[in-house]
Parts: sequence; C-alpha cells; structure tokens
Amino acid sequence: MYYLLIFENTFTIIETEKKIIRSSKKFSDIVFENLTLLFAITIIVIVVFICFEMFKDSAISREKFGFGFITSEKWDSVKSDYGALTFVYGTVVSSIIALLIALPISIGVAVFLTELANSITKTTVSFLIEILAAIPSIIYGFWGIFVLAPFMRTSVQPALQSTLGFIPLFQGATAGFGLLTAGIILAIMITPIITSITRDVLKAIPVSQREAAYALGSTKWEAIKMALLNAKSGILGATILGLGRAVGETMAVTMVIGNKAQIKESLFEPAYSMASVIANEFAEASGGLHVSALIEVGLILFGVTFIINSLARILIYSFTRKAQAR
Amino acid sequence: MSELILDNIDNNYVSVIPAAEHSTAAVEESHEHLKYTVETENLAVSFFGREAISDINIKYRSNTITAIIGPSGCGKSTFLRALNFMHDLTPGAIVSGTIKIHGKDISEYDMTDVRRRVGMVFQKPNPFPTMSIYENVVAGLTLHKRHKKSHLDETVEKSLMLAGLWEETKDRLKVSAMALSGGQQQRLCIARTLAINPEIILFDEPTSALDPMSTAKIEETLHILKKDYTIVIVTHNMQQASRVSDYTSFFFLGKLIEHSKTRTIFTSPKQKLTEEYVIGKFG
Ligand SMILES: Nc1ncnc2c1ncn2[C@@H]1O[C@H](COP(=O)(O)OP(=O)(O)OP(=O)(O)O)[C@@H](O)[C@H]1O
Ligand SMILES: [Mg+2]
Repeated sequence: MYYLLIFENTFTIIETEKKIIRSSKKFSDIVFENLTLLFAITIIVIVVFICFEMFKDSAISREKFGFGFITSEKWDSVKSDYGALTFVYGTVVSSIIALLIALPISIGVAVFLTELANSITKTTVSFLIEILAAIPSIIYGFWGIFVLAPFMRTSVQPALQSTLGFIPLFQGATAGFGLLTAGIILAIMITPIITSITRDVLKAIPVSQREAAYALGSTKWEAIKMALLNAKSGILGATILGLGRAVGETMAVTMVIGNKAQIKESLFEPAYSMASVIANEFAEASGGLHVSALIEVGLILFGVTFIINSLARILIYSFTRKAQAR
Repeated sequence: MSELILDNIDNNYVSVIPAAEHSTAAVEESHEHLKYTVETENLAVSFFGREAISDINIKYRSNTITAIIGPSGCGKSTFLRALNFMHDLTPGAIVSGTIKIHGKDISEYDMTDVRRRVGMVFQKPNPFPTMSIYENVVAGLTLHKRHKKSHLDETVEKSLMLAGLWEETKDRLKVSAMALSGGQQQRLCIARTLAINPEIILFDEPTSALDPMSTAKIEETLHILKKDYTIVIVTHNMQQASRVSDYTSFFFLGKLIEHSKTRTIFTSPKQKLTEEYVIGKFG
C-alpha cells in the first residue's frame, strides 16, 4: 500500500515535469484510488493463482501425454491412458445445442415482453423467468431424469428420426440420455439469463429511436427489427453470459448426458462433458496420474471459457467500433 | 391501447371555430378541397381521459410553411403528433375528430402509409446510433424492402443535398451518424425524412437544441423544401416563426386561438390573447 502511494506520487511528479496539466489530488482520493486498485489486483491474483495451481498439479499428466492430451479420445483409468477430446466435444456440442435453442426463444420472449405484452402479462412472465433462473441445477437434473429424458426417448427422438433421420445427427438408438437431452436442459437453464438481459437492453433503447422508426413509416415488425439491430451488441453480451453458464454447468448435465466418453455422430448418443467428468471421478480418482489428468481437464475447461469470452469481447468490440468509426 | 375515434360532430363545428380562422378560410382559400394538403375538423386528443387539445379546425395548403406557436404545454406537439398517427404509440392517448390528407379521411389510408406521407422531424436529433450516415438516410427505404444500390446512392445524395449536409459528409458516408455534431445530426434526420419522399413534413422545434449557425442552415433548408412540400413547424422562437412561415397558428390551453397569415398574426392579430403572446406579455 505504502509502496503504491509512493509510486503514484513519483508518477505524478514525472508527469508534471512533462507539463501535463493535472489537478492536484486530495489525500482521500489517493487512498480511494489505491484501495480500488488493490481490489482489482486481488482479482487478477486469484485468477493467476488458480491457473498456476492447476498448471502445477497437472504436471504429471502434461509430461506424460503432452499436447496429445487434447487430441486423444481415450479415457481409460485401467490402462492409465487419458485424453480430453471426448469431454471437450461433449461440452462444446451440448453448449452449441443449448444456444441454438435458447437464443431465438429468448429474443422472442424479450421482444414480446418489451414491445407487445400488456402490463399484467409482462409482470407475470418476468416473474416466472426470474423464478426459472433461481431454480438450482440439481432440480433441473432431476426433472431431466424423470421427465425430459423419458419424453425425449418416447416422443421427441422418434419424431426427429422419422422427419430428419436422413441427417446422421438424428440417427441411431433413441436412448433418451445423451447430448441432445443435455443441450435441451442447458437451453432451458440459460434462457432466463439471455431473456432478461435482452429485455433490459431492448428496454434501454430510448423512445426517440422507436418514434424515429415509426415516423419513417415502419410497421411494428420493422420497428422491432430496428430495435434488435440497435441492440445487437447487448444481445451478443447476453448470449455470451448464457454460453458461459452452459459451458460450466455441471450437475444437470451430468445427470442427463449419459456420461460415456465417446464421440459419435448422433446427438442421441450419450456423451460426457468436462465439468461432468471432473465431478464424477475426482473423489475416487485412482492415483496421481488420474487426478493430474482430471486437473488438466479443468485447465482446458478454463481455457475454453477464456477463449469463448475473448471471442465475445472481440465480436462486441468490432460491432461497437464499426458503429463509432470515424 | 389508443384508438382513433372518428366522429365528426357537425353541429359543434360553427360554434367552436375561432372567428379569425373562419374568415381566413373564407377570404383566401375558397372551397376547393384538393388545394389543402391537411385539414382537421374537431380534432381532439386526450391522455387518460384528460383533454390536451380540442376543437382544432385548421387547413394547410400545399407548398406553404405554417408555424405553430404558443406557450409550453398548450398542445403544439400533441397536435403535430396527431397528424401522423404518432399517438398510437402513446399509452392512454385517444384521438378523435377528423383529419384529412388531400381531402381523403386519414382512416382510409393505411397507417404506415400516412406516416410515409407525413414525415416528422423531432425536437432532439434522433439518428439511429448503430447506423452509418448512409444507412441512416436510407433507413426508411431499406426497412420496407430491398432497393438497387444505384437507387439508394442517388437517394442519399439527393436527400443530403436538400438537407444541406452533402458537402460536409460526402467523403464519410460510411461513418457512424453519432460522429456528427448536433446540428448535422438534425439535418441528417431531415434528410432521412426526405428520403421517403413525404408530402408533408412536420417539424417539432427542430432547432431548439441547436446553435444559431445550425439554426440558420435549417431555416434555409425549410425555404428550399417549401417548393415541394407542405411544412408545419412548431417553434418557441417568435423571430423564427416570422422569418420562415407563411401562416401562423397560435395555440393556447389546448385550443387553436388564431390561424392566419404570419404577417397578420405578428402585426394585427384579431385576438387579444394572440397579441399579448406575440409581444411577449406571457408564455
Ligand atoms: N404522453 C402524454 N401523457 C399524458 N399527458 C401528456 C402526454 N403528452 C402530452 N401530455 C399533456 O398534454 C398537454 C400538451 O402537451 P404538449 O407536449 O403537446 O405541449 P407543447 O405545446 O408541445 O409544449 P412544449 O412547448 O413545452 O413542447 C400537456 O398538458 C401535457 O402534460
Ligand atoms: Mg412540444
């Protein structure tokens, strides 16, 4: 703290010599600034520490398998042969399915809530959405096991097979538990987040924008289209938050994805996700290599989350920059 | 939900027309209906049952500029917004009476069609923030359907020219509209309105947020636009009203007090209220 104060002051002096005009700071300001800086640094330290720990603890696995760990489909604790590809596949594909289902629904509901619903419907639906967001994931998991999975097996999957069965994605045994079911559970779980953020983004569009669209002779739909275009970076942000939750979700996915480390063409097939394998195997991991491999899976999960978030930032940045470009 | 109630109560008509309005109409415009671009009869607007304007009978000829003056809250914006169905968007608003465009009742038009024929420029410049200058100008066109690029290019140039913004922006049409100054943004909004080729353009205090230079530019634009459009402009600025308009309507407490040639309003108004307002006794 003291060091920071000194540093800050020298910095100020150097800058004044360069004739940069700056108002002199009050002591309380300096304290406050350094305090917030400290908090900010804490966050960085925590992230770095987690990364470092996972990196260190996965050393055995990294040394044994090298880069091949990410590209190998094998996960065999008897032969001590580990690879993470099946889990990465399970996580990524189930999240993509979730997003494909949740995004249109969320945007639709958000548009309905901001532009079309009367106030009673608005309050009721908003309340229900908040409730949905508050349900613990284990409850979703139970519901998945006892309601969704049987329903998928008896109705949805056969129907998909008979209509879209020519696509490999919808072929094979209709087991109920698998990638598609996990994706749907995830979709239900992330819909509330995406909906409520999208709704807030749409609500934040000033009336003057709406009026501008109407004054140009827009129909209601055209005005809504305009509002969505205006809100696209916000909606993207909402999507990323939802995706973040989908990627990291553990309990509900574990309960319906089937927990089988394999990569199959069909979405009906059981699969395994990164978070699930860690949750399932960590407690009774057999020996150092197994634990180390699981920790490396965690490290990859961390990396995947990081990549998704970075991509999202770049996307949002390029959207907003395009809008502000001179 | 607001709705347009169209009931034309004829027996009310004579009694509520202010004397001045009546005589102007009689002397200057005879009875040829089609010469009027906009006519209102017994137009009234209420918000949640509270009447904001009522008994508005007014006729606007094409290729004229009419200024609407009156103290704050007297219903100028309310009147203007009634002319292009804008109250449809306002909760609790009910519009009653008759509005005719080219002699044809407004209810016989499609609502979006009315808004395309009656363009509106708002008090605060409101370009679409995520769109470029170019996209803003053609927004009214591209919203409806696809257009040839050449057609859009042409429209952009023509509209920006008319709005007096072409020289300043022709090299940076792809730049965000938010990079423009307030006055430029307002002219962009004018260009955007011109692009959909309306017949009537409503201006609600278009220069109240602008500096004198930008104001002068927009007033210049108004004069050019007069050749092809019917213009109605709400203004708080008496000088502006007398500079730009051919006719002036004076509103007070939700009523049309006097409508006449601008010169008449400012030199020899028929109503005492008008005179007091014009010389600045209140408002
Ligand atoms: N959306 C609304 N809801 C309720 N009342 C409204 C609404 N819009 C206007 N009013 C009321 O209608 C009356 C006229 O308002 P209006 O905005 O037309 O005034 P104005 O003449 O344009 O005033 P200003 O010069 O300040 O813009 C006011 O009493 C106002 O309170
Ligand atoms: Mg107003």
